[in-house]
Amino acid sequence: MSADTDLYQEVVVEHKRSPRNFGKLATWTHQARGRNPQCGDDISVQLQVEQDQIRDIRFHGLGCAICIASASMMTEAVKGASVPAAQQLQQRFRAVMTGQQEPDDAYLGKLISLAAVRRYPSRIKCALLGWHALAHALGDSAQSDADAERPELDGEARAKVQS
Amino acid sequence: MSESSTLQGELERVSAQFPVLAQRVHDAPLAYLDNAATTQMPQSVLAAMNGFEQHDRANIHRGVHTLSQRATDAYERARADVKRFVGADASHELIFTSGTTEALNMVAQGLSVSGEAPAVIRPGDEIIVSGLEHHANLVPWQQAAHRSGATLRILMPDAQGCVHVDDLKRLLSPRTRVFALTACSNATGYRPPYETLLALAADAGALTVLDAAQAVGHSALQLSTLACDFMAFSAHKMYGPMGMGALVGRRAALERLVPLRFGGDMVDWVTFDAAGFTGLPARLEGGTPHVAGTVGMAAAAAFITVVGHDRLEQHLGALREHAAEGLQRIDGIRVLSPDAGLSAIVSFVASDVHPHDIGTLLDEAGIAVRTGHHCAQPLLDHLGVGPTTRASFAVYNTHDEVERLLAAVSRALKVFR
Repeated sequence: MSADTDLYQEVVVEHKRSPRNFGKLATWTHQARGRNPQCGDDISVQLQVEQDQIRDIRFHGLGCAICIASASMMTEAVKGASVPAAQQLQQRFRAVMTGQQEPDDAYLGKLISLAAVRRYPSRIKCALLGWHALAHALGDSAQSDADAERPELDGEARAKVQS
Repeated sequence: MSESSTLQGELERVSAQFPVLAQRVHDAPLAYLDNAATTQMPQSVLAAMNGFEQHDRANIHRGVHTLSQRATDAYERARADVKRFVGADASHELIFTSGTTEALNMVAQGLSVSGEAPAVIRPGDEIIVSGLEHHANLVPWQQAAHRSGATLRILMPDAQGCVHVDDLKRLLSPRTRVFALTACSNATGYRPPYETLLALAADAGALTVLDAAQAVGHSALQLSTLACDFMAFSAHKMYGPMGMGALVGRRAALERLVPLRFGGDMVDWVTFDAAGFTGLPARLEGGTPHVAGTVGMAAAAAFITVVGHDRLEQHLGALREHAAEGLQRIDGIRVLSPDAGLSAIVSFVASDVHPHDIGTLLDEAGIAVRTGHHCAQPLLDHLGVGPTTRASFAVYNTHDEVERLLAAVSRALKVFR
């Protein structure tokens, strides 16, 4: 098993080269920024939430291939989902990355391609940075506080836009 | 046999003295290029430490039994050996510490905490630190300034990461109490003109501090010729054990440090109400020291002396030059301080490819490098580069390993572009 066929699968490298939903939203209801000061990764996530549905999501920032690909796949996975569903997926993905749960491709879909990160302990925080920012933006800060290698997070939620 | 092939043969014999190097990582021979973080230990150092632990181990000082006397002798012999190694003279003393970080904290805190007398650093004083520093020679000074009401000033490097004598002249004033500087930037490999800068600061009346962590493993330090009050370094960056280091400096300057570790061995007399403290070096070495570590540090100094500083610097400089030239030929690579000359560190960034991804693929090829901010985040922010990939060389590294590094970096860039 080698890193370029296992860790850096084609789908991961492809998301790194052309990340989806990359940029900023003109209007957003929730946002958060996550940083790993040791490695310099810095990811911001913005969301447009209406009636508990994630209508739109964008992310921007700097990071390694694992960090960018994971955030990119995350935006694809939660766009259009309900807030509780996105939070559930975030928790599930985090549990898989930290080895508390086995990867399940029926549930994770394309995200399964990141499962190999589990074998590279120093890189797990890279894969989780965008997801930490997502959880924080959605107002769920308690779980990230419990992490040993917690990124620096700051976020805010605007009054919900009623449609 | 030509001169270079003689050197090659000698290097192979040197490598054989390092047991940890004889292994494969991910099915490739280990190329250990993370020596600025920690060098490996040769057999002679391992044997010296083992010898102490197996034959002479006992607590030092005050013991009347044979082992205690042997341990005390070994400890004090190590102190004398390491002092000689860094060119200290009779006006200097050496304090064993857990490493450079503890040594620098000992100085920054010892000058800013009040003890029997008021703290040396007073409100309104100025502390100058260069912008090249490792966090261990910056954060303790931030804390010292905060604690004592002094102002911290930064000797900023230029856009290439070089510091200039004229800039220090502008910063120095009668209020300058301390000037702290590195002998070599751990993030770029750049060597500032520290001899001149320290002399200038000393002339202005400042106490001078040199972080020699990245120099001690290969540069011949002549403390007695430097305008240096305090010099800090670590054993594990000079082929010695981890968790071991030293603060060496002028006795008169060391005597101004307030002790921070109170307890056994550092007192003259004790009552239930008070205590009087003993003189140097015990005054600053409270508690049982890492005696085997000091023995290993002295053995490491002997190892470097046998190899020879000149040969070592020549070899490491050639490896660095080889790596810097090769990396600059790869499209999209920027080498930091490309002309650092006699340096053992080469640090670089690649457009569009993150150092962590490069580091992981290098590891896959058996090559150990360090990636990230190297505990020098303000410098890298100032240079506008962010995290870097850093290869750093030691006596056992070879030009073949540099070629492997260059090939693996090229390959990593192809994967991600």
